[in-house]
This record gives sequence, structure tokens and C-alpha cells, in this order.
Amino acid sequence: MSLATHAPVFIVLLPLTASLLCLLFSRVHRKLGSWIVQAALVGSFASAVSTLYAVLEKGSHTIHYWMGNWEPPIGIEFAVDPLNTSILCMITFLSLVISFYGKPFLKDEDWLHYGGYYTLYGLLTVGLCGMVVTGDVFNMYVYLEIMSLSGYGLIALGGKKSMLAAFRYLLVGTIAASFYLIGIGYIYSMTGSLNMADISVRIQPFVHTPLFAFSVACFLIAFGIKMALFPLHGWQPDAYTYAHPGAAGLISGCMSKVPAYAMIRYFFYVFGVNNPVMGGLLDVMGIMGVCGILIGSFMALAQFDFRRMLAYSSVAQLGYIAVGMAIGNMYGFIGAVLHLINHAFMKSCLFLVTGGISYRFGEVNLYRLGGLNKKMTVSTVAVCFAVLSMVGIPPTCGFFSKWYLMLGAYEGKQFIYIAVLVISSLLNAIYYFRIIEQMFIQREASLTEIHKPETMFGLPMEMVVPIGITGIGILALGIYSMNIVTYVLKLGLPEVFLR
Amino acid sequence: MIVQDPRPFMAVGAAFFAAILVAFSRKYPNVRETWSSLGAIGMFVLIYSMVGDVMNGTVFESTLFMLTDNIGLTLRTDPAGMIFACLSSLLWIPINFYSIGYMRNNHEAEQTGYFASFAVCLAATCGISLASNLLTFFVFYEILTIFSYPLVLHERNEEALSASRKYLAYTLVSGQLFLAGTVGVYCISGTMDFTAGGFITMDMAPVWVLQLLFILMIMAGSVKAAVMPLHGWLPAAMVAPTPVSALLHAVAVVKTGAFAVLRVIGFVFGPALLSQIGMADILAWIAAATIIISSFIALKQDNLKRRLAFSTIGQLSYIVLGASLLTPLAIKGAYLHLVAHALMKITLFMCAGCIIVRTHLHNISEMNGIGFRMPVTMSCFAIASFGIAGTPFIIGFISKWNLAMGAIQAGKPLFVAVWVASAMLAIAYLMPVVRMAFFRKPPTDDPRQYGSISYLMLIPICFTTLLAIVLGCDPELFPPDFYELATTAANKICAGWGGGW
Repeated sequence: MSLATHAPVFIVLLPLTASLLCLLFSRVHRKLGSWIVQAALVGSFASAVSTLYAVLEKGSHTIHYWMGNWEPPIGIEFAVDPLNTSILCMITFLSLVISFYGKPFLKDEDWLHYGGYYTLYGLLTVGLCGMVVTGDVFNMYVYLEIMSLSGYGLIALGGKKSMLAAFRYLLVGTIAASFYLIGIGYIYSMTGSLNMADISVRIQPFVHTPLFAFSVACFLIAFGIKMALFPLHGWQPDAYTYAHPGAAGLISGCMSKVPAYAMIRYFFYVFGVNNPVMGGLLDVMGIMGVCGILIGSFMALAQFDFRRMLAYSSVAQLGYIAVGMAIGNMYGFIGAVLHLINHAFMKSCLFLVTGGISYRFGEVNLYRLGGLNKKMTVSTVAVCFAVLSMVGIPPTCGFFSKWYLMLGAYEGKQFIYIAVLVISSLLNAIYYFRIIEQMFIQREASLTEIHKPETMFGLPMEMVVPIGITGIGILALGIYSMNIVTYVLKLGLPEVFLR
Repeated sequence: MIVQDPRPFMAVGAAFFAAILVAFSRKYPNVRETWSSLGAIGMFVLIYSMVGDVMNGTVFESTLFMLTDNIGLTLRTDPAGMIFACLSSLLWIPINFYSIGYMRNNHEAEQTGYFASFAVCLAATCGISLASNLLTFFVFYEILTIFSYPLVLHERNEEALSASRKYLAYTLVSGQLFLAGTVGVYCISGTMDFTAGGFITMDMAPVWVLQLLFILMIMAGSVKAAVMPLHGWLPAAMVAPTPVSALLHAVAVVKTGAFAVLRVIGFVFGPALLSQIGMADILAWIAAATIIISSFIALKQDNLKRRLAFSTIGQLSYIVLGASLLTPLAIKGAYLHLVAHALMKITLFMCAGCIIVRTHLHNISEMNGIGFRMPVTMSCFAIASFGIAGTPFIIGFISKWNLAMGAIQAGKPLFVAVWVASAMLAIAYLMPVVRMAFFRKPPTDDPRQYGSISYLMLIPICFTTLLAIVLGCDPELFPPDFYELATTAANKICAGWGGGW
């Protein structure tokens, strides 16, 4: 067996090892730990890409990797197919890019904080990747907890107010995890298995029972809380607002997407959406999504704090994903997955820029950003891309996810979703264009510099490059969206749509 | 014959690259404006090099990348698109030099952003005119919306802010509705390629669905073409610098609206289908009402730019009305009027800009005797005004003649009366300006400080006026032969339907 066959496990194993060793090395030299974590993230990204190539080479088949060669359902397996490898590539890429971004914030910290930050950061990546790559239901719970706990830590690092936000998220997140555990319990009692592929076969006789409905509802609540689906989003605005600015990009970009992925995995691949219970559940999700889109947008409209506005915008954008799932046909599914990837880039980009603004000017009020276009040109251009993408202006990526969602809605004769998508784009336009207006017009606004610009771009290079890369990523994802859909996502469609 | 050729994209790319280079040469005004001029000339040369072959029936096509699995970002040079591409690339050259003169003489701020956005707008216009399918069309349409927004916002004051918001609200809403319509069209027909004569047929969907889709799609064009009651943004957008108004009115924004209407009617739904589902008549009556009402409103305006704005609203509805009559001559007239109105209105706006720079006068009632001070400008203004009214030997006459013939061809002679009335009203609202300028004594004690205008501003005005007269006397004198292109386009659209005679 060559090294490449072990690639799926390296995605998780490398950052896990590195983050556990991180503090030890940080004791030796303050920055050594962070370099090790970053090296591991490079390895993790490389493994994810090589896995993607391996999967695409095999066509639509899933690659199963058995831990310690124990055969499932006894052993734990990693199952990789085109869907989750593409998401893995996204997570590891963003995690790698954003890992540089935190450094200017930690400049004056001692070894414990420096190393601790990167330990948590690495573990967060482990949790995110693990949840996506695993093919085992209980294993996913373990990664969910790793992701959540490191996430609580990174949010709590953000400053004074962040303690409360983190604690609140901890309470709610624990409830979510408990619901997930209860759901697994019921599934296990019905099927006697914890392996996803195994469950998908064994669950079929039970799909009409109340027990099944109950466990599916538990899953919806658990992942609904974790992905901040309306009305389960209460924890999210505070958590995103007060999270450590260095990690806020990753937290906002990926931490809500992975539960959404888990939902897609369970509903479309394990349970299958072609039974009445799931049909009803998808309708509920559609309502939640629509309400989330509308109310999230309106709440975003009412915010003054840039980060808080972005947080509410996330609630709305995750509604898109829920709507895509609720549409329940091929185009809706593609739209949901595409939006999952696209939105991760858009939201990361925007949070990186807000972090940059607060790093240089200590300002988060979006009505006091006048003249930013002259002071931070790269960031302003990146914001413009992200905003256009949020509104859905082609050829940025946001347009394409909306296009597929609309196609799906039209084919499924669910015209209400088209109306909601149109309204949502316009609401997005209102609350994002006012930022652009502020940046370009307000002259008198006083931005006082707390950090002098170190480069010609107005920010340290470690911050400018991630902002630039995510900004370009928004455009590139749009231009290559056809390739992503045709050569990756369409190969990994759930069986429900293949018939 | 379809030939794969990158020139359509090179033309769009020339303008895009010019915009990027402009953005990077912020500190060197001369370099910056050289890029802009080179972009304009490059785009014109590339478009112009294809005209001859297109008239001989060659179709150049190129795909940059695929937008979805079977729809590419594809540009194709059909005669209808070439009319608009030639027009916009031709007029970018004078308006570019005029802009340079105007911005410098008027000491405007933020010129880099201005020239960059201007170039992107022209690139998007070129993309719109050559787009071969609905999705490509939409891509460039939205790019145009986004990049004309900073132009409206140029003055950066409260008035500009509210005007730009209004502009965005109108155009983004209609753009999203257009997208919804596009999705519907794609779902019922499975294609998006513009086909002369339309690709939607009766059996694809129930009539009410077709009607709904038509309304959704025509709305986008109507907003940009400022068909009443969707015209609110246009007078407000007059706060922008005058070259922008000229661009918005003559070349880019409103013309793309009219062009979108022509595309939707001629290449998506097709005259045959529209005559069956009966939406064209409604559109025709709305357009006719717009022509008359806007002319009356124009009579009341004292601000010269606002008066011209309402004149534009009326003139654009000529095109919409021509398209919705669905006969070969009317559609030909519509395409010709696209060209004719562009030449005349760009002249009028450039003249208005000269007056502003020279005398800082905005209101017509203050323009006593201005013709003695600026004889060339006001002569051009007078000629263009006569053109708007439809005087023979100026380009506006030919298009109007075809439009009127088209109305008779369609068996609806009442619309001829609309055009005649509109011509009378045009004389009524434009001639007073000329009269004030030439037949009133200038005020003797004028405390006003006069600015200066350069030849960079005067020569473009003379150029467009001359072009309007030459093309009015002999429209087939030199290529691009707009008359033949319009005839070919209209005949293709109406082929196999036989509307009219």
C-alpha cells in the first residue's frame, strides 16, 4: 500500500498530531508550535487534494478506508466520495489560508497563548475535517465534540464580552450534542449498527415508524442548532461577533457549514428523502429556511456592528442551504452544496476584512468606515467581490448557487422559493451596498489608526494575502462553477436522484 | 456560416483591460486617459474588423468558459447585435475625448474611478450586444448595472446618493425578475440560445405561464429603457456629470434596455408567439402612452438636462413601440432608431455639458443669447433638435419613416398619429432652447464667471452632428451599414411569420 491510499486518514491525523504537540514546541520557541500546525495543515490540504483526485479517478464510487483494517460495521471507517472530498478541500484550504491571518493578533502574546491558540485552531480543523470524512455515526459525534470544544475556546479568546458568548454557545451546543446522541441511540436501537452505509440498508424497514421520525427530528434539532438554522440560531450572532478575530473567518466560514453537510449526508445519503417522514421533514426545513432567509436579512438590516450584521447574514445564507435541501431534487441539492462551498469563501472573506479593519482602526461600526477604499484598497476590492457574490451578481460564485436553487425550485414547481430568493437578493443588496456606500463616500468619518500600516496594502502581509486569496476565490469559484458541478458534484449525487 | 473567432471577446477584453490599466495609473492623469482612449479605439477597430464579414453572412462565435454544463459565456456576432456593438464602440471614441475635456475643465474629483467605471460599462455594453444566450446576456447586464452605479454616484453628495440608490433599486429588482424569468424560460424550453424569430413555442407551457414569463423578462428591459411607469430613476440620475448622462442616455444603459426589449421580443419569444398570447399590444399601448406623457412632462422642465431626460424617455419608447408592433418594417425602424437616437441625444447632452462648463447654467430660462457666445455648440444643438423632431436629411427621419410604415404595415395607423404628435411636441420642447439661444439678447450686465471649454469637447460634438447629417442623407454611404444590418435583422426575426404585408 502506498502512502496515497492513506491520504483520507492523513487529512485528520496530521493536524491532530501537530496540535497535540504544538504547545510542547511552543515552550521551546514561541512560534515553533504554530509552524508545526501550519505544516500539518499544508499536509492535510495536500492529502485532501490527492483524495479528491483518487475519488474522481474512480468515478462515482466511494473509497472506504478502514481504521486499523477493522472491517465495518465493527470497525470505524472513513468514507470519501466526491461530495465530502470537495468539502474537505474547501475546509483544509480555508484553514490553511486563515492560519496565517491570526499571527498579527498574537504578536505580543506569550508562548502559552500563542501555542494555545494554534492548538485550538488545529483541533478545530480536526473536528471539521473529521465530521466530514467519517463514515461512522458515533465517530462523527466525537469529532462534533472536538470541533465544538475547540470552537468554544477560540470564541472565548476574543476578549471581554466573548466569555459570555462562548459560555452561551457551550450550553446550547451541549444541548445540540445531546440531541445528536439521542438520535444515534434510536437509530442504533433500530438497526444495531453505527456505520452509515450499513444503516442506510438496515433502516429501510423502519422508515415508517414513529421512532424513526423521532430520531430524524433529533438530528434536525441537533444540526439545526449547530448550523444556526432559524429559529435555533440564538447563540450565533454573539459567538461570531466576539470570536477571536484571527479565527472568526474559519469559525464563520466552516463551523456552520459542516453541520449542514452532516444534515445533507444523513438525509440524502443515509435515510433517503423518498419516504413520507423525510418528505414532511424537508417541508419543515423549507419553512425554517424561508423564515431564516427573511428574518435573518431583516435583522442584518438593523445592525450597526459590521460583524453582527455578517452573523445575521449567515443565518439568512444558511437558509439558502436549507431551502436547497427542502427543494429535494437534483438542482436543489446541487444548489445547496454549491452554496455551502461558496458561502464559506464569501463569509470568510468578509470576516477577514472586518478583522483587518478592527486590527488597524479598532472600528467595527459599519457607519464609520468612510474612506476605506483609499486606506485598504485590497480589502475594499475583496469586500466588493464578496458583496456582489452575496447579492448574486454574475460571474461571482453567489450567482451560481442561486441559479441552481432557482432551477430546482422551478422544476419542483415550488415557486414560493423563487420569490423568496429574489426578495432575499434584494434585501442582501440593501444591507451590503450600504457598506460599499460608506466605504466610498463618507469623507468626514474619522478612522483613527491604532496600528500603523506596515505595507503598501495597509495591513500586514499575513492578513492581506488571506483576504486577497479568499477574494479571488469568490471569483474563481464562480468562473469554474461549471467544472465543480459537472465533474465533482454530479458524480457524488445521492442515489435518490439517480433513478 | 459560423466561425470560431476570439475577436468578440477581444473587443470586450480591450475595454476591460483599459479599465484595469486606468485603475492602476491613478497618479498619472495623462497615462490614465491614454489607456482609456486606446481601449476605445481598440474596441472600435476590433468590432469594425468584423462588420464586413457579418454583412456577408458570417457569424463569429467564441466561448470564454462554460457557465453551466450546456450554457457557455458565449459571444456571437449576429446582425442585430452588431448594430448595437458598432454603435456603442463608435460613440465611445467621441464621448471618451469629450469626457477628458469635461472632467478637466470642470475640475471634477475621483476621475480615476470615473474613467475605469466608464470603460467597464462600455465593455459590458459590448458584451450585451453580442451575447448569444440569455445567461451571457444577464451576466453582462448585471455588470453594467453595477458599474454604472458609481457613475451615478460620482458627485458623492446627498442628491447623488439618493439618485444612485433609486437607480440600483430599479435596476436590481428588474434584474432579479429577469433572472426568475430566465430560469422559467430555461425550464420550459431547455435552451437559452437567442434564435431569430424566437425559440419558445405555444406547446411548451400554458398561455398564462408564457404571459407571466414575458412580463418578467420585458420588465428588465423596460426599466432600463425607462418605459413609464418604470422611468423614475432616469430623471434622478441626471445629477451625474454630463458625459455620464450622455453615456447613460445615448449608448449604454437606456439603450441596453431598449436592446433587451428587442432581444426578448425578437429572439426569445418571437413575433409569431407574441401575436398569439397577445402581450405585444399591451406593451405597444404602454409605450405609446409613455411617448405622449413624457413629451408633455418635458415641456414643463426648466432644467435643460431634465428636459432632455424626459425627451429620452419618449424617444426610447419609440423603439419599444416599434418592437411591439411585430412587423418587419417596424422592427427595422426600431433598430435604426437605436442608432439615430444615440447620435442625436449624445450630441444634445454634450452640448448641455458644454453650456454647463462654460457658463455654469443649468436652467433654460437663463440661457438668453447664449448662442452668440457659443455659436458652434448651439448650432449643433439646433441640428440635433431638428433630428429629434424627425426632420428629413437628419438621421432621425429615416428611423421614424420606417417606424411609421411599420405601424401601417401592422394595420394600426393610430400609432402613426402618436409619432406625429410626438414630433410636434419635440419641436415644442426643444425649439424654445434654440430660440432663447439665438433670438434673445444676451444680458448686458452679466456678473457670471465664465469657464473655458477646450477643443476636446467641441470636436466630438461636431463629429456626432456631422455623422447624424451624413447618415441622414445617405445611410448606406460607408460601413458599418446600419441600414442594411437593421434590414437583415428585422427580416430574420420576421422570417417564417409574415407579419404585415
